[in-house]
Amino acid sequence: MAGLIARAARRQRVMRWIVVLVLGVFFLLPLVAMVMFTIREPNGHYTFSTWRLLANWKQLGQTYPDLWAGMKSSAGLAVFTVLIMLVMLVPTAVWVRLRLPKMRRFLEFVCLLPLTIPAIVLVVGLAPVYAWVTYFLGGSALTLTFAYTILVLPYAYRAIDAGLSAIDVRTLAEAARSLGAGWATVMWRVVLPNIRSAVLSASFLTVALVLGEFTIASLLNRENLQVAIDLLGKSSATMSVAVSFAALVLAFALLFLLSFAGRRRGRRGATTPDQLGAVSPSLIASEAIGERS
Amino acid sequence: MSVVGHQPDAKPAESGSAPAPAPAIRRFRWRRAGVLLGVAPFLAFVTIFLIIPTLVVVIGAFASDDGQPTMSNLRTLTNGYILDAFGRSIVLSAVTAVAGAILGALLAYALVTAKPNGLLRRAVTSACGVLAQFGGVTLAFAFIATIGLSGFVTVFLQDQLGINIYSGGVWLFDLPGLALVYTYFQIPLMVIVFLPALDGIRPQWREATSSLGGSTWQYWRRVAMPLLAPAFLGSTLLLFANAFSAYATAAALVSQGSPIIPLQIRSALTSEVVLGQQNVGKAMALGMVIVVAIVMGMYALLQRRTSRWLG
Repeated sequence: MAGLIARAARRQRVMRWIVVLVLGVFFLLPLVAMVMFTIREPNGHYTFSTWRLLANWKQLGQTYPDLWAGMKSSAGLAVFTVLIMLVMLVPTAVWVRLRLPKMRRFLEFVCLLPLTIPAIVLVVGLAPVYAWVTYFLGGSALTLTFAYTILVLPYAYRAIDAGLSAIDVRTLAEAARSLGAGWATVMWRVVLPNIRSAVLSASFLTVALVLGEFTIASLLNRENLQVAIDLLGKSSATMSVAVSFAALVLAFALLFLLSFAGRRRGRRGATTPDQLGAVSPSLIASEAIGERS
Repeated sequence: MSVVGHQPDAKPAESGSAPAPAPAIRRFRWRRAGVLLGVAPFLAFVTIFLIIPTLVVVIGAFASDDGQPTMSNLRTLTNGYILDAFGRSIVLSAVTAVAGAILGALLAYALVTAKPNGLLRRAVTSACGVLAQFGGVTLAFAFIATIGLSGFVTVFLQDQLGINIYSGGVWLFDLPGLALVYTYFQIPLMVIVFLPALDGIRPQWREATSSLGGSTWQYWRRVAMPLLAPAFLGSTLLLFANAFSAYATAAALVSQGSPIIPLQIRSALTSEVVLGQQNVGKAMALGMVIVVAIVMGMYALLQRRTSRWLG
């Protein structure tokens, strides 16, 4: 029996390594190829000039003004979207928990709605809305932040809702109120510090999603990082591949950091098995849909 | 938001006087209104940027150019080229969903024994998150750098081994290329959504099987597979919806023609609109929503079944 189990275990191990190796090659090859593509010249020599240029911000801005503008607007969009998302979502989620518990289902439904509406569909309906936005606020790329807030809603909501589930918001708020705190103080000094890691998760996810967004920006003729990369691909393939690679690495670093951010405060509740939920937007999404009905 | 001025514990003296009921009721109404005001900014925002766009699509799909109700947009959907695009989208999504699900499940199974909070698993799940969600344009460029006409692998195979991967025509910028790149982001998504289900499998179940005399095969056939089947099917559906609604990769990769439905919508949005067909794009968008909604509904059902055992 023991021998049998050992043999089965060995066979399992071999199988596992084969799977990991084959798929590992499949996944790493394009990434390696990206790097090679950026450092290899047609004559077979190697050069790091692309990367040197990418690291030299001033010159990069002069050589590729569109790319520079795209980077700037994506950075701005990330900041604004995080801010709007937090200002919209956190107080609303707390308020609904405290004062309007009957609305929780409704809030959840609304927040998860964007999952069933593909971005390409949303953009069709957003076009007339953005005609008005342009009329009132001008055509700056930063106005995309409203649409992006909608896009990140499901992921951000899941993260924040999980954070709120882990603490007893009602008791905390009542305790603070009975000690004379106003609602603003309750929010800022009592609730927020207690859901710090959830807020952090939601913000990281938002940044990652905003930096990767292409569909809406491209079809509303606004400029962001991904649109700039796509445009650059037509003129300077090497640079566009280099920026793509840098963006992928940056996103990886963000999500990797995020996987640690969720750890500090041990959350309870079934929504975050091993904090995996915090790592991935799609997992949060999948859980969210599963728990909806 | 919460600064709306109602004071729950204000003026207790008032309730002592005789004609109390009327003001009390009024105050109660005011308080309710105040409570609702707390969610007003959020609802207003969501209405403008989510509900109205959705209604624009739904209503627009049934409206003619001058706003009259009509079914002609939906009838246009049965045109050959749009039906073909829907068909290709569905086939592409189905193929990459199944391939991604099988390969992703294998990879998830290989990963599940790694320490849950270990560095390996963190790194892999983060990487999967990036590839599954961040993708789009960057992944298209990754594949152009790999197997594009002057890509690393293309050149290597040509120079070193004399193999031309494009001897039968350049397939990267067409459906086969899309399928390859889609699979590249479907597998990581599968890993992410399937890992929790695998984590739910308890070693005790296997021990119970073997203590009752069951073999490995019987364990898989009779215990693990029935338990994992709903999760597997559900994840496959999620992958389908993911591929079906993907746009960026295709937009960056395909520059000629519009083989799949998101690209058809692009051309409906960006090109000169044929008279009387202004709203065909909206009808196509509505069609996409319906497909995704059906798939997601089935997914939700399966997910509920999954959570019974593996939650």
